[in-house]
Amino acid sequence: MAPHDYSAYIWPAYGLTALVWVVFIASSLTAARRWKKRAAELSGKDERAGR
Amino acid sequence: MTAPATSFGNWWHAFVWRFTNPDRFMRWSRWGAPLFAAIAAVLGLAGLWLGFLAPPDYQQGLTVRILFIHIPAAYMCEFVYACLAVASFLSLVFKHMLADAAAQAAAPLGAGFTVLALATGSLWGRPMWGTWWVWDARLTSVLALLLIYIAYMALRASLDDETKAARAAAILGLVGAVNLPIIHYSVVWWNSLHQGTSVVTGKLAAVYLWPVLLLVLAYMSGFGALWLTRIRTEVWRRRAEAAALRAAQTAARA
Repeated sequence: MAPHDYSAYIWPAYGLTALVWVVFIASSLTAARRWKKRAAELSGKDERAGR
Repeated sequence: MTAPATSFGNWWHAFVWRFTNPDRFMRWSRWGAPLFAAIAAVLGLAGLWLGFLAPPDYQQGLTVRILFIHIPAAYMCEFVYACLAVASFLSLVFKHMLADAAAQAAAPLGAGFTVLALATGSLWGRPMWGTWWVWDARLTSVLALLLIYIAYMALRASLDDETKAARAAAILGLVGAVNLPIIHYSVVWWNSLHQGTSVVTGKLAAVYLWPVLLLVLAYMSGFGALWLTRIRTEVWRRRAEAAALRAAQTAARA
């Protein structure tokens, strides 16, 4: 009996896993950079205003 | 020189504040997050390499390789919720900003792992069980976990007052924790199509067990890196919003 070809299930599973990790990493780093920059800008304004 | 702690309470207070002071947290997480990421990369590559070297199972064929990514995702969806529940408890009891930030940061990651667990499980189940989905105890309780994660995030987003949002979400986070033992024991308490515990009971052959264990550790380490990064983002966001509020108040007085 010929073995079943399960690649139609295996590759999408690994592809979806890779996609989720890429989304996790990209969204985490993007948000971190944005808010770090924003916090630094506003903290700088605080210091200039003497707070 | 500071006086030594004279009671357990003093020692505990010093220990907790050592790790939960926001400034101190930002200092150690700055190197902690990349360290966890590096560990995750090494373990992940090792696990994937061993996984692709593993022979086909005599019953499952090559679909056994889906287990190498399904089992870690399934462990993580529960582990992350446990972290969220602990952070929610600390936030509710001690009203600590970092605990609330930690719970808020964990939720999207936990939801992502739960989606992965369900999707990879479905992709494994179709060739093995002949169906994409079955309403058995394990699958249904994990789906319930996903809905709890979504409800948690929706509740936080729906309340403008951050203090009220933190309290309400923390209560929901703690209530939802009742689902964790249900998920874990679902295959014992009910007749389930899903297989029972096999990793810790030694039912998994070593050639499959090692890739699974390495990838579980890789996923945990990766979660550590992402969680720390997201908590740091929350701290910056709250600092930015506090500074913006002060600037607006100053402008209003001028």
